[in-house]
Amino acid sequence: MNDGVLIAKNLFRKKLRAILMIVSILIAFAIFGVLAAFERAFNAGQEVSEDDRLVVVNKINFTQPLPISYFNRIAAVPGVRQVTYANWFGGYYQDPKNFTIVMAVEPATYLDITASDFAYDGAMRERFERTRTGALVGRQLAAKWGWKVGDRIPISSSIFQQKDGSHSWEVEIVGVFDKNKPQVDTNFMLIRWDYFDETRSFGKDTIGWLILKTDSPAINDRVSETIDKMFENSFYETATDTEKAFNKAFMAQLGNVALIVTLVVGAAFVTILMIVGNTMVMAVRERTREIAVLKTLGFSGARVLRLVLGETLLLALIGGGIGIAIAAAITASMRDSLSTFVPNLEVGPGIVLSAVGLMVALGLATGLVPAWNAFRLKIADGMGRG
Amino acid sequence: MNDSALVRLSGVGKGFVKGRDAISIFEHLDLAIPEGDFVAVMGPSGSGKSTLLNLLGGIDRPDTGAIEIAGTRIDGLSEGRLSRWRAATIGFVFQFYNLMPMLTAAQNVELPLLLTRLGGRERRAHVAAALEVVGLADRAKHYPREMSGGQQQRVAIARAIVSDPKLLLCDEPTGDLDRGSADEILAMLKSLNADLGKTVVMVTHDPAAARYAKRTLHLDKGHFEEKELAA
Ligand SMILES: Nc1ncnc2c1ncn2[C@@H]1O[C@H](COP(=O)(O)OP(=O)(O)OP(=O)(O)O)[C@@H](O)[C@H]1O
Ligand SMILES: [Mg+2]
Repeated sequence: MNDGVLIAKNLFRKKLRAILMIVSILIAFAIFGVLAAFERAFNAGQEVSEDDRLVVVNKINFTQPLPISYFNRIAAVPGVRQVTYANWFGGYYQDPKNFTIVMAVEPATYLDITASDFAYDGAMRERFERTRTGALVGRQLAAKWGWKVGDRIPISSSIFQQKDGSHSWEVEIVGVFDKNKPQVDTNFMLIRWDYFDETRSFGKDTIGWLILKTDSPAINDRVSETIDKMFENSFYETATDTEKAFNKAFMAQLGNVALIVTLVVGAAFVTILMIVGNTMVMAVRERTREIAVLKTLGFSGARVLRLVLGETLLLALIGGGIGIAIAAAITASMRDSLSTFVPNLEVGPGIVLSAVGLMVALGLATGLVPAWNAFRLKIADGMGRG
Repeated sequence: MNDSALVRLSGVGKGFVKGRDAISIFEHLDLAIPEGDFVAVMGPSGSGKSTLLNLLGGIDRPDTGAIEIAGTRIDGLSEGRLSRWRAATIGFVFQFYNLMPMLTAAQNVELPLLLTRLGGRERRAHVAAALEVVGLADRAKHYPREMSGGQQQRVAIARAIVSDPKLLLCDEPTGDLDRGSADEILAMLKSLNADLGKTVVMVTHDPAAARYAKRTLHLDKGHFEEKELAA
């Protein structure tokens, strides 16, 4: 036997009470794990954005188009090293509920600018540039539908239609690409803007946004200013910002996820703190006489304090551990079906680490009062009279 | 008084404050107990018998005077030192056994050894030996609720002697037992005194129990009155 055995025996001497406390802690940590996974996944895009990539969108908001002529004008701005453009396609496959991210892009420049994120090989680049109806598909998306190079597939748009009234474009898969960074995901496809633009029934000669690289992050501000000045008072005014800020603005449309996580998790933890804290105060009070006996045997106040804190820590670690495991199972089961909207949904090491920190804090906080009471207890008082 | 006394109280005063009243239990108590003695302490309820044991065990402190046990002045020790001193020097036996309900007999006996540097194997050997002394080797894995009062008190005695303390302090150890179990316990205390050389101080209300001791002290109104007893 050692103090650990003593602690565990104390915790589980009333099984039902211990289990109820574990379940309430577990629920709080399961909620924390799932919400934190969502929050991290939402924010992953911002973390991977490159410092020297700027995004130019319509000043009204980023769903409004810009004229294609801006491409050449921006390319000529001093300090702009590379520029490309893209258009949101609003894609789905076969059925509108199979929402699919499809972007119509300018082949050569788009692949150049995003080459640090994705591994496009020379052969697929070459085929994409040569094939007007070509499409490059991310590994995840290709795996989802079992697509391979050479397949011809119809891809539909919930926004655009062809001049003949059809909502569907046939594309030929000319390459399947992987990612270069763990944080990005490959659940999307690229088609060619020129093919898309020529065949669509409206919006001709417009693009959704431009992405550009500057010579150095140090001149980002100046370049942004120059660009936005250039189009000031025109029919299509622009807003230029870093990719990071752009992604953040995009996420803001989904609501302040971080704030929701903090509020929900905070409420859950305050509740748990009060319930478990109170239960532990009572549990230790019931043991007053036993604590006095331990002290009689020569256990010091500090030792008794550690035994009580150990008990609340063990409780928090068991409940929290199971809760986080459940959160991991839940996110794993939702991962595939949600990968289009929230890529890389997972309870990663960062979340586990903060969960362990929370467990320790919860364990110490709930043990504080009963441990202090046990520490202070005078033997003669604890033994009662008689 | 002889100088080789294991326990020596000189001029000990102790009182309590109850609400507005201060009550004095002893004003100037002197006592010497030589090593190897077996003393029964009797006296009316409220005369301060338990208070005396608490003072001897370093559970409570005197207001005045000095308490020296086995060469250590304990009245001035810090709480931490007192804990360590108690673990090494004193074994307690209470009226209500005070075993931990969630621990087996062997684990209850092992508790004081958690405060020592002994390894697992040595601890198990000490526990087995202590349970052997009280005749409960076959009950090592039993929980307190599975044992009679007399058996629980024997486990408590095993716990009191497992770390080999010099002084056993027993507060009405048979107060909750029937005659037969009480006699077993008393015989056991007597043999711990006679065969293992433990010094025993036992508080009791029962004259029959007191006859197991070498001598009896009567505590009343803050003073001792001694009666030698022929065993
Ligand atoms: N912690 C305390 N606070 C206040 N009064 C106390 C305290 N401890 C003991 N007393 C009082 O001191 C007196 C002696 O108590 P003590 O328990 O030593 O008596 P006792 O001789 O053991 O009695 P009993 O035979 O009933 O066990 C009693 O009046 C008791 O109420
Ligand atoms: Mg008493």
